Amino acid sequence: MSKIFNRRNNQRIAKVLIWAAAFAVILVMLAIIIYVLGKGLPVVNLNFLTQQPSDAGRAGGISSAIVGTLLVTFVAILVATPLGVGTAFYLTEYARESTVTRIIRFSAECLAGVPSIVYGLFGFIVFVIFLKLGWSVLSGGLTLAIMVLPTIIRTTEEAIRAVPKIYREVSFSLGGSRWQTITRAVVPSALPGITTGIILSIGRCVGETAAVILTAGSSLRMPTSLLSPTRTMAVHFYILAREGISIDIAYGTAALLIISVLIIDIVANILVRVFVAKVR
Amino acid sequence: MQLNKVDVVNVQGGGSSAGIKSVETGTANIGMSSRELTPDEQGLTVIPIAIDGIALILHPSNPLQNLSLAQIRDIYTGKIKNWDSVGGPNWQIHLVTREEGSGTRSAFSDLVMSGSQIYPGAIVQDSNGAVRQVIAGDKAAIGYISLGLVDNEVKALNIDGITPSKDTILNHDYKFWRRFLFLVKGQETPPEKQFIDFVLSSDGQALLSREGLVPISAVSGGTSSP
Amino acid sequence: MIDFKEKSTELALLFLALSSIASLALITIFIIAEGVPVISKVGIINFLFGTEWAPSLGKYGILPMIVGSISVTLVALVIAVPTALCCAIFLVELSPRFLASIVRPAIQVLAGIPSVVYGFWGLIFIVPFIRNYLGGPGFSILAGSIILAIMTLPTIISIAEDALRALPPSYKEGSLALGTTQWQTIVSLQIPAARSGITAAIVLGMGRAIGETMAVIMVLGNAVALPKSILDPARTLTTNIGIEMGYASGEHQQALFATGIVLLIIIMILNSIAQYAARRR
Repeated sequence: MSKIFNRRNNQRIAKVLIWAAAFAVILVMLAIIIYVLGKGLPVVNLNFLTQQPSDAGRAGGISSAIVGTLLVTFVAILVATPLGVGTAFYLTEYARESTVTRIIRFSAECLAGVPSIVYGLFGFIVFVIFLKLGWSVLSGGLTLAIMVLPTIIRTTEEAIRAVPKIYREVSFSLGGSRWQTITRAVVPSALPGITTGIILSIGRCVGETAAVILTAGSSLRMPTSLLSPTRTMAVHFYILAREGISIDIAYGTAALLIISVLIIDIVANILVRVFVAKVR
Repeated sequence: MQLNKVDVVNVQGGGSSAGIKSVETGTANIGMSSRELTPDEQGLTVIPIAIDGIALILHPSNPLQNLSLAQIRDIYTGKIKNWDSVGGPNWQIHLVTREEGSGTRSAFSDLVMSGSQIYPGAIVQDSNGAVRQVIAGDKAAIGYISLGLVDNEVKALNIDGITPSKDTILNHDYKFWRRFLFLVKGQETPPEKQFIDFVLSSDGQALLSREGLVPISAVSGGTSSP
Repeated sequence: MIDFKEKSTELALLFLALSSIASLALITIFIIAEGVPVISKVGIINFLFGTEWAPSLGKYGILPMIVGSISVTLVALVIAVPTALCCAIFLVELSPRFLASIVRPAIQVLAGIPSVVYGFWGLIFIVPFIRNYLGGPGFSILAGSIILAIMTLPTIISIAEDALRALPPSYKEGSLALGTTQWQTIVSLQIPAARSGITAAIVLGMGRAIGETMAVIMVLGNAVALPKSILDPARTLTTNIGIEMGYASGEHQQALFATGIVLLIIIMILNSIAQYAARRR
């Protein structure tokens, strides 16, 4: 008798706890988002987006940080995507499975997990000082490229492997070359996964601070070339908030950052759905 | 600096050691430091541009107004752990210090600690602004920052009865200050010289004064070392 | 002509692959090359177990940072894993569809918030809360753990959810047909059956937590001493690099790279465990 009583109660308690957990997660998310957006969105207006910072960042807008973020991310993705996708395709489609490929795969897996600060340290020594690129868009972009390269290799590889073997076999049996098979049978199916990986990396670049602050620098000026030092929005937020220069602008920057990442996520979801629909 | 815009000046942040190092490696044209060079950092031209007091700061609701140098040292070595040992409320002291490469910390070590180690359990923050933020939020905290950065969120302590201010620094009553240096490697290029000349000009020095520093031009004897 | 196109694309891809591998190898070799001299000079035992980190005195013991990293991560997991599992179970078993379509995007949003924003939020809310209600300066391992727990939730939830969804429905149906309650089924059957995926989720969350720098650097206090309680300020392996990276030179800088080697090894171990767990399906 008491056993059934216990079971039903356990069931109820468990249900309450589980609902509470889900509720708690939503609550935390709302707490953070509402706080930051609440304090930050009022600051974001056309001036904020188009004016450069003045008075060491206490006044003005954050246009140079926005441009800095775009440039650094663009360089990073421009370099890392062909390298990463090409490597993934070579490893899965061309190279024979061997110890070497397994080591490469494991290394990519590990390097994807290495803390970004280590990449920052590496980028600082190699790009800023040794290659004399100084604090620049290029130093920051190349550092971020190496940082996201393992992730792009991994996600592309997984996307390629997820394509059923039968697609390739049918293509070969119809007389297609390896290249034709790849472009016509494999790529369309793997595209959603590959895109997700790239978008994920864009998100990482936009939000990255540790690796960028010492490689791209923290200059407030609008970057004029690849060798100009620049600030990204994440770095700008960090400096403003920490040094107490302007809490309002800091919140505005944070709000813009969160919105940017949200937009990137939504675009990613739409793209994935478009690609998946195309394959069907 | 909207006065003359001939060349572009890019400013990179970081502590004093970072400033010295970036000039040594050629990553920066001009380095800034708030501490003197160590014996193995020679080979750079040193140009003082201002002096700046180091203020010990407390939260405004901490009733203490004055501490002796010995008391501050004992607090920072961890010997004194509670505010009531120095006449304050019964709160555990929360120590805040700068990171090891900081010029402010090195000046603090030289001037206040005289050889004793700062308590390793102290909270470390990597900028003066961050230290100020911590003190402003914690009534039991104590920290040290540039006098020029003290605002109404924190209050500066009198040390041995002397109130820190530009005047007490200039008449040598308040002894806790350090030089702000520009560092250049080798010969100054024309743009570097133009910038440095501007900073040392009366306009430039007025700007420094507005930011809370004591311009070097106000110091009798000009480039006197500490 | 097709052969030429074939060959050239293969060569092009090979070139790309070799370039990637070269750059990844470069960073690995670089970290090791820079870090090893200090480890051999100081001695690996002194390095890993020394309790004093004082670069100006030439002392490079990273035990306080190792303890800091482990404690922050463990406490974060203690908070995050039960919560994440409950959320995963919620999404798979208990939630009506409309609610799931709110909760899942909410989790994705959490994943997208930059770490510096988390850190700052923690500075504004978590640190004073701990200081006022639990004691200590507020800058503490606990503060770091709470932030890390929130940050790793999305990772653990999504992988655990996938693991639970991958179970054949017949498992659950069979168990329920035998008369067990839903909760008993979940606890005694589904979770154990999905344990390899759940382990992978936890290990990956652990990896993210150990690697986090910016969020923690603002709330951890960064004290150099060995922490004695979760209310004490502490440093992790990553925040140590973060704080000192800007000005470290010579031996000091090499010591930071040596810390990087330790991090690399930890990630390698964690990844091996995750792969092993994921394979045992």
